[in-house]
Amino acid sequence: MSSETFILMRHELLLTAAALLVLIAEIFTDPRKGRGGISILSIIVYSIVTLAGFIPSGDGSLFGGMYITDGTRLLMKNILNIGVLLVLIQSVDWLKKEENSGRLSEYIILVLSTIIGMNFMISAGHFLMFYIGLELATIPITALAAFERYRNKSAEGGIKLIFSSALSSGILLYGLSIFYGTTGTLYFSEVSSLFRGENLQILGFIFFLAGMAFKISLVPFHLWAADVYEGAPVNITSYLSVVSKGAAVFILIIILFTVFPVIIDVWQKTIYVIAVLTMTIGNLFAIRQQNLKRFLAFSSISQAGYILLGFISGNELGMATVIYYILVYVFSNLGAFGVVTAISNAAGKENMDDYNGLYQTNPKLSLAMTLSLFSLAGIPPVAGFFGKFFLFTAAAQEGFYILVLIAVLNTIISLYFYLLVVKAMFMNKNETPIVKFRSTFSTKLALGLCIAGIVVTGFASSLFEMIRNLSFGV
Amino acid sequence: MDILSLFVIIPFLTITGILFLKDEKKVQLVSAFGMGIQLIMAGILIFLYLSARHAGNTDEMLFMKDFVWFKSLNIHYAVGVDGISVAMIGLTSLVVFAGIFASWEVEFLRKEFFISLILLASGVFGFFISIDLFTMFLFYELAVIPMYLLIGIWGSGPKEYSAMKLTLMLMGGSALLLLGILGIYFNSAPDGGQYTYNILEISKITIPIEAQRFFFPMTFVGFGVLGALFPFHTWSPDGHASAPTAVSMLHAGVLMKLGGYGAFRVAIFLMPEAAQELSWIFIILTSISVVYGAFGAVVQKDLKYINAYSSVSHCGLVLFAVLMMNQTALNGAVIQMISHGLMTALFFALIGMIYGRTHTRMIDQMGGLMKVIPFLSVAYVIAGLASLGLPGLSGFVAEMTVFVGAFQHIDTFHRVATIVVVSSIVITAVYILRVVAILLLGPTKDPHYEHLPDAKWYEKLSVVTLIASVAAIGMAPLWLSTMIGKSLHPIVEKIIAISPF
Repeated sequence: MSSETFILMRHELLLTAAALLVLIAEIFTDPRKGRGGISILSIIVYSIVTLAGFIPSGDGSLFGGMYITDGTRLLMKNILNIGVLLVLIQSVDWLKKEENSGRLSEYIILVLSTIIGMNFMISAGHFLMFYIGLELATIPITALAAFERYRNKSAEGGIKLIFSSALSSGILLYGLSIFYGTTGTLYFSEVSSLFRGENLQILGFIFFLAGMAFKISLVPFHLWAADVYEGAPVNITSYLSVVSKGAAVFILIIILFTVFPVIIDVWQKTIYVIAVLTMTIGNLFAIRQQNLKRFLAFSSISQAGYILLGFISGNELGMATVIYYILVYVFSNLGAFGVVTAISNAAGKENMDDYNGLYQTNPKLSLAMTLSLFSLAGIPPVAGFFGKFFLFTAAAQEGFYILVLIAVLNTIISLYFYLLVVKAMFMNKNETPIVKFRSTFSTKLALGLCIAGIVVTGFASSLFEMIRNLSFGV
Repeated sequence: MDILSLFVIIPFLTITGILFLKDEKKVQLVSAFGMGIQLIMAGILIFLYLSARHAGNTDEMLFMKDFVWFKSLNIHYAVGVDGISVAMIGLTSLVVFAGIFASWEVEFLRKEFFISLILLASGVFGFFISIDLFTMFLFYELAVIPMYLLIGIWGSGPKEYSAMKLTLMLMGGSALLLLGILGIYFNSAPDGGQYTYNILEISKITIPIEAQRFFFPMTFVGFGVLGALFPFHTWSPDGHASAPTAVSMLHAGVLMKLGGYGAFRVAIFLMPEAAQELSWIFIILTSISVVYGAFGAVVQKDLKYINAYSSVSHCGLVLFAVLMMNQTALNGAVIQMISHGLMTALFFALIGMIYGRTHTRMIDQMGGLMKVIPFLSVAYVIAGLASLGLPGLSGFVAEMTVFVGAFQHIDTFHRVATIVVVSSIVITAVYILRVVAILLLGPTKDPHYEHLPDAKWYEKLSVVTLIASVAAIGMAPLWLSTMIGKSLHPIVEKIIAISPF
């Protein structure tokens, strides 16, 4: 393998090496002394991998076009890496718990396998490669969702996830087989040039889109999300709602823009409907949620609806805003989940009522939560405002004003339930508030990074310009 | 560093100062110091502005600065002021300064209170100095969101409900506004070329009329929600009644003016054709605002509700004047914004101080306060007289200009609307004098109220600052109206170019 190949595939290769390293490290540590060192090791290794991802490298393709890499894909992988790194840091405390510490390296290796799968998926140049990456990303996640197997809900979440993924993969594969049947190839470049938009091909495309909609949890394929999110351990929930969803969004936008530009009319209409449904239903269901994990699950469903506004434009501004919004979303959602994780670890509470009066006892956590929620709601001066504004700009550029109107009205609904959490923390009285506790170093680090990200990504216009230079339209 | 950006930087420095302050007791001092500097800066700005104009500088906007922010979207951080924005900045700094002193006694989470208050103020300042629609919108939202915490945490009564209602309604307004701004942006280059958010550049082109017909109502209603346009005013009474004193002052005094200011700086200035076509709808709505607000104030018993409805009425008058779209009426609109900003801030400050002593805001439970707390009572009477438009105080100048301007239209519709709106003066007199009679005169109803302490030094400072400003505008309105009038020329010219009356 030449060094050039190594540089092109460095994300996947380094991650595989990291996974092996964790495995080897497990052999050499004494389980009786605890394996806390491994999580530190994995975080350090992962930081190196993340940094290595930023080394600039040229475009290229490998394995006869099965594997493609270019600036856009590298950027997407780097954004996912940041997300995974934050999740790993947030998991440290949870992994220290007695019931989890024995299976610490399992957890890390599973997480690493999923991200390897996502990287392959994003770099795919062939539908089979894409499918393998997708499965490699999905199956370990189901194991992760059922990680706390002594809890019924966690096991239930795992089972639900594996069944719904299997179903969606089946549907997706059916779509792929129709592509193959009508074009005789599965290479992206060839499919795109042979695609004519015949009825059978459109049927295949709809199957493909439905399969992807499952992964991104778009309405009406969202029903698995809330139960799985609630059942899974908090870290896995945040992983699912940020990294996993982000990866699926990335590959979907690449495929739509590069493989299916011919039928842009078809997918614009489809996505229009899905976007309206996703935003509205996600928001309306979020209002009634009491469990914060469920609440954030529905909020992340509706966030996916906003992201579709970037898809629908079909121009390079749309792609830039989608990537930018995912970056912002990584920081904002992981910020919110970071607080939920910290409180869940320290007090074992996950309901909104438990957060009543939190500001009196834990002001810093409350502020972090508030900033993250404001960013999710799109309130200035935090990054979410810029992200949403640009998404709406992208859709408005193509004249989808009514859709933008529906979206902004939805942000008002979402603001309502985000403010409910703020209200609980700042205004509601509570006789038994969550007691004051000192956050651990890892919590502080993860939240600090998220808050810094939320504040900086908005104002740093050069970041957006960089993303925009790497984007392309239909 | 340009002078205008200082108006955003000083509040942020003040906030930083408060954050790192060890001693909770000195929070007010730091805030007052920061906002005092802000007030001085506003004075300097007015002076610099007038002397630049005197020296013959006829640019539309002065002290302009422009930094490219998001290059590919042509978003700039662009600031600049004309006479109108200078006047609004002066108003804002006065009200904020007075507001700090009016909330001197906040105990609960003091740091957070002042930080939110100053954050709100910085949003307002940023809004008035912006000439780029994106930054303007950013500051607009920045000004709205601290209101939620300010009312929800430090308010009274059904505060959580009011805070949520207010935030959601205002954000609903800003949702429409967002759409309007995007619409303006994507129609800002009808002959090709780069889209822009810059107000001055957009004003040079004509947005296609079909687009205007769609986006003018969006923008106008978006700002109108904040300007208490009927039927989107319902957040205002609840919000004001629940808000703590300084927040009511700032909100009625300054924040509602964002609506009026934006309505003509963005909606009418940039889309005058649609404004001409559709103004009749909004003239009807604003007329309802004016009269309905006044009648609403007559039947209320809670001091804050009375004043909140009175604000609906007076802010409705601002929007009404803006829609008249001639030199005199627009001039009156701006003076009315300033005048109402000052006197309503004065009202809310006084109500807060009275409430702090009597612990009730129901007028029928109080009486004879003139004998007990003469300073506050006299100040209340002055505020009332300004509100009902007594010559010599600012209200008279403002309302007179508005009505004269409105009556310059010779068609029946405008005349009738004007007459209807003028009738509100009488109603205003009714509710002001009713409150004065019940609250201040007559026998003391409750023996507990016989030994109330009169105003303390910081309260006096707050009140005197505002009264002095109200009287100054009432006595010498010409420099202000000249300053505003000159800046209105380009706007009025643009409107007249379309259809000369």
